[in-house]
Amino acid sequence: MPLLRHGRVSSCSRIFSDSGFGDAAASDVIVTLRSFLDDRSSTASRRDDVAVRLRPEDDPRLLANDLDAVSLIEVEFPKYTDGRGYSIAQLLRRRYGYTRELRAVGQVLRDQLSLMRRSGFDAVVFDHPDAEGVYAEAVGELSSAYQGAADDAVSIFLRRRPGASPGGLT
Amino acid sequence: MYRYDEFDENLVRQRARQFRGQVERRLSGELPEEHFKPLRLQNGVYLQLHAYMLRVAIPYGQLDGRKLRGLADIADRYDKRYGHFTTRQNIQFNWIRLEDMPEVLDRLADVGMHAIQTSGNCIRNVTSDPFAGAAADEVEDPRPWCEIIRQWSTFHPEFSHLPRKFKIAVSGGGHDRAAIRVHDIGLDLRRNSDGEIGFEVVCGGGLGRTPHVGVTVRDWISKPELLSYLEAIMRVYNRHGRRDNKYKARIKILVNELGEATFRSLVEEEFAAQNEREKVILPLAEVDRIEAYFAPPAFDAAPAASPTLDEARRLNGDLDRWARHNLRSHKAPGYTSILVSLKPLGAAPGDATSDQMRAMADIADRFAGGDIRVAHEQDLVLTHVRLEDVPAVFAALQTAGLATANGGMITDIIACPGLDYCNLANARSISVANSIQAAFSDPDLEDMIGPLHLNISGCINACGHHHVGHIGILGVDKKGEEFYQVLFGGRADERAAIGEIAGPGLKHEDIAPALKRVVQRYLSLRSSPEETFIDALERLGQAPFREALYAAS
Repeated sequence: MPLLRHGRVSSCSRIFSDSGFGDAAASDVIVTLRSFLDDRSSTASRRDDVAVRLRPEDDPRLLANDLDAVSLIEVEFPKYTDGRGYSIAQLLRRRYGYTRELRAVGQVLRDQLSLMRRSGFDAVVFDHPDAEGVYAEAVGELSSAYQGAADDAVSIFLRRRPGASPGGLT
Repeated sequence: MYRYDEFDENLVRQRARQFRGQVERRLSGELPEEHFKPLRLQNGVYLQLHAYMLRVAIPYGQLDGRKLRGLADIADRYDKRYGHFTTRQNIQFNWIRLEDMPEVLDRLADVGMHAIQTSGNCIRNVTSDPFAGAAADEVEDPRPWCEIIRQWSTFHPEFSHLPRKFKIAVSGGGHDRAAIRVHDIGLDLRRNSDGEIGFEVVCGGGLGRTPHVGVTVRDWISKPELLSYLEAIMRVYNRHGRRDNKYKARIKILVNELGEATFRSLVEEEFAAQNEREKVILPLAEVDRIEAYFAPPAFDAAPAASPTLDEARRLNGDLDRWARHNLRSHKAPGYTSILVSLKPLGAAPGDATSDQMRAMADIADRFAGGDIRVAHEQDLVLTHVRLEDVPAVFAALQTAGLATANGGMITDIIACPGLDYCNLANARSISVANSIQAAFSDPDLEDMIGPLHLNISGCINACGHHHVGHIGILGVDKKGEEFYQVLFGGRADERAAIGEIAGPGLKHEDIAPALKRVVQRYLSLRSSPEETFIDALERLGQAPFREALYAAS
């Protein structure tokens, strides 16, 4: 299935492992949050360049102190109606300051792409014969947003008031 | 009244275009119904018993002449020349073809309207007091904050796939006419001990299968912090609300299962953890801009009473009776608000024809500064009418068939569409409402009864808000036959309460006679003509009324 990074077809050779790192190099696999936390708590191994896959029920706060060791976070959408991944993404980006690849996997449909991008996903695994074209079209449908989010959009509240200082709550 | 600027206008147009693409993909078969469903739902399109239904958003129930004429034109062109006003202050069209939906959305956009987030598991249309900005008892007009919440919640990327739908209501701090305690979030404008105006935040109220009165999560939050606080609540709900069972997915279940204290601490913890990047920044100048749209009109200096109206009432008994039931006090002397009942005897509660919509638009433009509201009781409201003009307004409403004199009375029934339209319903609602109206059609009897809220739902999803009627009626299906349970003692105001089921269901034809016995019992037991039905019920308890309900069997 096509992987899109910033809307471009790309590739990734990492393989998901639900049984931890095993003998694989950290850069070859994607592990569960549990495996990652086990690894971090063992002073012997403590790998870098780790990829972690989060389930919707996972608490991203558990990653917050170790984000330096993480180069990819996948967030699973078991069903497109399960919106917990959007909160996970916003937390990772805006609260915990995660800056590397954040990838949506699972049931990813066209009409979620814009929400995902706004929530901070820079990569999606998206199945479509014209994945790049559809992605570009989908994320371009709305040209402005009322809310600030994890993308670089400036909220309409602020765009109407170009002079207002960001601290200008009152 | 708020008017779109270029940002609002663009977004609504772009959304209509987006939905046009989605409908085309559905019609071509590219999009299966399963994947189309959440998209059409976020655009207000339901699949009903007979056809697609379109629910159009009327943010906080605010209309003007241009919008209402636009709705009338849609009713004429794409539907059967009528529309149905709902308990969520919206309007529904029951007979629009899917192929026509994109065009209808374009026409809505032409008059500054849309169907965004009127369904689906997102933040729905914000509702409010239909007398906002006119009521004498409010701390402040809640509509600017409704509009701010509308904008903030529109296409919110984090909260578009919540566990379940989410409803926010805002009241201006006087009597609660917006039923805020039975909403997912209810906000009430109030002053703190320093005299600063902010909001009480109520959470976890709701009706449906498991009715709950909401709990206060915050006594007071300042205006600049409101949206950030709402984000904290929404995030707690989005992350922790149940997703394993749609009937347990509303926030009321989360609040109940966690317990009030735990829920509150989760919200407060989340709120406290927000950093500066996460806070919603709402410049004061932007609040001022939005508030300016809701500035009250320049009221003429007028005496508190109008001899013209008094004289007209003396000469015209119909006007007098209508004025007694349908006029509401106004903050400006010499002015009134008018409740325009959409509950004539024998019609579907909340329905209005396209001609009636146009007549309302004309009357509002001429006598009410173009200001029209939809009330959650499925009636319309004209705010800011001069008392001097009331006789002329009454005459014009009479001509349009809109002068039913039953505002807030037993025949001003809230009812869902029921089995006549809805594929969730177990029983008919409209015909039961009509049979009750017929039983209480004698004006003298209705006058004697006084204020009494009667709400009917055709199934446990409770769209007719039966739990919060002074008398509630719930349609159930028993082996293929319609039965109706009766509830006593609900109320939707600041003393919100869930009604209690009186006992076994009654047959369709037995409901009206049974309620007549209940009302007779009330009339014989009340301490004085001033003691309303709900007051008497609270004083005496359910027993005498239950006894009267089942007296025939």
